[in-house]
Amino acid sequence: MSEPLNYSDEFLRGILSGVRGIAMVGASTKWTRPSYFAMKYLQEKGFRVIPVNPGAAGQEILGETCYATLAEVPGSIDMVDIFRASDAAGQTVDEALALKDSKNIRVIWMQLGVRDDAAAARAQAAGLSVVMNRCPKIEYGRLHSELSWGGFNSGIISSKRRRIRIG
Amino acid sequence: MTKDNKERFGFETRMIHAGSQPEPVTGARQTPIFQNTSYVFHDTDHAASLFNLQTFGFIYSRLTNPTVAALEERIANLEGGRGATACASGHAAQILALFPLMDPGDDFIASNRLYGGSITQFGKTFKKFDWRCTFVDVDQAENVRKALTPKTKAIFVESLANPGGVISDLEALSAIAREAGIPLIVDNTMATPYLCPAFEWGADLIVHSTTKFLSGNGTSTGGCVVDSGTFDWAASDKFPSLSAPEPAYHGLRFAESFGDMAYTLHSHAVALRDLGATMAPMNAFQTLLGIETLSLRMERHCANALAVARFLESHDLVEWVSHAGLESSPYHALANKYLPKGAGAVFTFGVKGGYEMGIKVVEACELFSHLANIGDTRSLILHPASTTHRQLSEDQRIAAGAGPDVIRLSIGLETLDDITADLDQALTRAAE
Repeated sequence: MSEPLNYSDEFLRGILSGVRGIAMVGASTKWTRPSYFAMKYLQEKGFRVIPVNPGAAGQEILGETCYATLAEVPGSIDMVDIFRASDAAGQTVDEALALKDSKNIRVIWMQLGVRDDAAAARAQAAGLSVVMNRCPKIEYGRLHSELSWGGFNSGIISSKRRRIRIG
Repeated sequence: MTKDNKERFGFETRMIHAGSQPEPVTGARQTPIFQNTSYVFHDTDHAASLFNLQTFGFIYSRLTNPTVAALEERIANLEGGRGATACASGHAAQILALFPLMDPGDDFIASNRLYGGSITQFGKTFKKFDWRCTFVDVDQAENVRKALTPKTKAIFVESLANPGGVISDLEALSAIAREAGIPLIVDNTMATPYLCPAFEWGADLIVHSTTKFLSGNGTSTGGCVVDSGTFDWAASDKFPSLSAPEPAYHGLRFAESFGDMAYTLHSHAVALRDLGATMAPMNAFQTLLGIETLSLRMERHCANALAVARFLESHDLVEWVSHAGLESSPYHALANKYLPKGAGAVFTFGVKGGYEMGIKVVEACELFSHLANIGDTRSLILHPASTTHRQLSEDQRIAAGAGPDVIRLSIGLETLDDITADLDQALTRAAE
């Protein structure tokens, strides 16, 4: 196995508070699939998630039209979330890099279990932020103490009172 | 905590802070006691998301409760695990630990030196579920390998065995478990995460009776199962509860949908849901308070216990002392390896004069409390053969280190001279 991946909480918090549009490559129409869980959760947290999957192109997933390719997604994307096998991730990264200016793509996020160090290096060289082998749903939940509600180890130690919206 | 990210803070910091950030609505600094059964949904879609496990949140305190969750996170953090499930007692933790792994007709291998109550639960009560336990002497790793069958789903040992002095060779056992594709479950109650980082030695799951050193004051029964998050439940078809479609959740596969969170999520969403052995919020709160001082207490517990063991070893009325911190112990080398900060505070000794003398010593104590618990601030004494290990056969008692002359001590935090003086006067009076 390659080097462990270390991402600081500040880095991940910065990404998740800075993006709004997420293109989810490998989104599924089946509600028991991990991508469906992640998409529904991220929508509830205010992200606009656009599904990308050639097998489901034209269908609706959680109220959003699914597109066959990243290039077909209308408007700005911000972040590409890759739910594909590691050996297919590089191709998606290259597609994203080709579209980075037209679609304002600033972040490449590869899901838990997905990792391609060479593709990550290409994206970083092009000025993008990269996260690999993590899930944005889990990281969002972890950083906002929701993961802790289920008895999970968030790794967060803080004496600060978290600001929340009330009412 | 994802394995890739290293701990930033030391053990003592984490035992005070992990799981307990200030409560955001009120700013309360100490973890509130959420003495509450159920939680209001925003709307039906939110309720559906919660019931489908699509979002994090509370439904009903049989499954999760904020105070209990704070304790779970703290223990998971201190053990270096992914998640934890607290429950009503250490015995409940043992059922919960095995529940996702076992089907009727399956077996697991356990040390024949386990705490007597565990031997009864595994050997007798589990038979009603058709869970079969094979007890072996785990000191010879070969015994474990020989006992493996295609239906073996786990190996279960204590890092430091109750009633004391016996240490399991976790690294050797973990190698056998890995070869067999099954998890090593370690009961870390007597050692606590402060003395023994069992995941670092290859445990896959850890169970606790939090009633003991974690709560520490003898106030609250409780148990906990901690998942390392590193076992691949989908690598074989041995663990269908985690790897196969779950009918109660419309066919989702826990291992696929939740990755390294699958085991702990299953323990809450299925095991606690249907077995119902939930920890009470008040007990979780007391246990959180206890853990805040765990390292300080364990240091003193261990120092007092080793001094008492040395005192007894040189006492005329004592036949033998079984404490792995003593050079005379066959487990001394394992103690140095697995428990370098101290070999625990619970141990046994043999009085000259056997069963009758054992009972007399227990009854002659003035400071030691005669009761069936360990890991209290108070020093405790027990004659296992006539109490905790009474349900076992004579052979089982001897194998478990609870023969007729055996006295178990759990050394507390009182003044050392007072502890030794009480034992001295009790031994002397008993011999009169």
